[in-house]
Amino acid sequence: MSQTRKQLLVDPLVDNNPITLQVLGICSALAVTSSLNVAFVMSLAVIAVTGFSSLFISFLRNYIPNSIRIIVQMVIIASLVILVDQIIKAYAYEISKTLSVFVGLIITNCIVMGRAEAFAMKNTPFNSFVDGVGNGLGYSLLLMCVGVVRELFGSGTLFGITILDSVNNGGWYVPNGLLLLPPSAFFIIGFLIWGVRSWKKSQVEAREYKIQSLEIH
Amino acid sequence: MSDSNNIFTKFKNMPVDGIFKTIIVATALCFVCSMVVSFAAVNLKSIQEVNKAIDKQKNILQVAGVYYEGIDVNKTFSSFQPLVVDLNSGKFTDKFDPSIFDDKKAAQDPLLSVSLENDPASIGRRTNYATIYLLKKDDGSLDKVILPIHGYGLWSTLYGFIALEDNLNDIFGLQFYQHAETPGLGAEVDNPKWKAQWKGKKLNNENGELMIQVAKTQKYKEHHIDALAGATLTSNGVDNLVKFWMGKDGFKKFLNNLKNGAA
Repeated sequence: MSQTRKQLLVDPLVDNNPITLQVLGICSALAVTSSLNVAFVMSLAVIAVTGFSSLFISFLRNYIPNSIRIIVQMVIIASLVILVDQIIKAYAYEISKTLSVFVGLIITNCIVMGRAEAFAMKNTPFNSFVDGVGNGLGYSLLLMCVGVVRELFGSGTLFGITILDSVNNGGWYVPNGLLLLPPSAFFIIGFLIWGVRSWKKSQVEAREYKIQSLEIH
Repeated sequence: MSDSNNIFTKFKNMPVDGIFKTIIVATALCFVCSMVVSFAAVNLKSIQEVNKAIDKQKNILQVAGVYYEGIDVNKTFSSFQPLVVDLNSGKFTDKFDPSIFDDKKAAQDPLLSVSLENDPASIGRRTNYATIYLLKKDDGSLDKVILPIHGYGLWSTLYGFIALEDNLNDIFGLQFYQHAETPGLGAEVDNPKWKAQWKGKKLNNENGELMIQVAKTQKYKEHHIDALAGATLTSNGVDNLVKFWMGKDGFKKFLNNLKNGAA
């Protein structure tokens, strides 16, 4: 694998993470991270959709008329999402019940559209595929980080295996119910963005405004 | 051959943004995508149906309290006897095959359902025929009856089962297998602690009047289930749907018949 392709794959993990840097795809990150099993399946679904949609869009990039390019991208993405949704319903029924509409909502996940517009329309199919998978992985990495915190402290388990014995099952750990509710993911993602930007100073955005000092006339 | 080649080169040389090429690309793409999607949907349907059926059976086992992790759902479920009940007469009917009869479909069929005037559970139409499940003890006497119930909560219709003890008045358990209530509030109908309240509660008082109630304040201890905090409308929905299905428009007639051995 050439250096550039490796970068395409690795860059979105931290340096150019779709969630922490570009702040895309937040809504599904809130909804599906209360347990790791669910977050994991969602991650696989998003990786598959970003990868293959970029691949197909890149194949067609010289044939897509500019006037309908967004719709063409949407049709490809939507078909892939339906495909993934059907497969999950067939082979992971329990998890599909928890994921409910969120697999369908991958269609509106800005990461997928963003990669299609920004990368796949201008690059070769294989590079686009790698870029799509990389961004899917970046999304997944964050999803899993949030999932670990939420499941461990929210229900005392990881992947459904008890780590901290909760009071409900006669143990000592009092689960933090807030972590099972969507708002908690906001806090965790916020802290993660803070952490990443303190570590990689280059990600800090320039201020759009400057607080003026008080002048006495 | 040269003709088709011509068409192809013509197509290739067309301006990408021209109207003609735009229409061709759009049509071709839609066609291919719809083929892929329908192919997947049709081919995976049978597996999905099996999953749905197993999920429903699992919920019946859970409400009857015989489910545990790793159990063979199909095998355990075979000890339950499915039967179709005519709700108007309150008697069993052999008009339909209970293993394939679909209550939800029947509720949409004007010939098999009634439009409700008095409709507290907000379900619009009620099926005339419902599939129920009997669990027998080893000696053949009745152990539990599992009845399907559904009704509107806050956002969605809640579908579930209620299990009754052999005296047909004591509740053994209640469980919803499909709903879309607010997570953390209305969705707490799935909370094991809340569900545990139902066990041992009585539907009717000594005079046979329906007394069961989901409410904030307790009137009669043996008929009272605490409403969910922060989920008034879901709680009201559950209250309404349980009252409806256990009442005279629901299973009351059937339960009385079954008690008297006349079903």
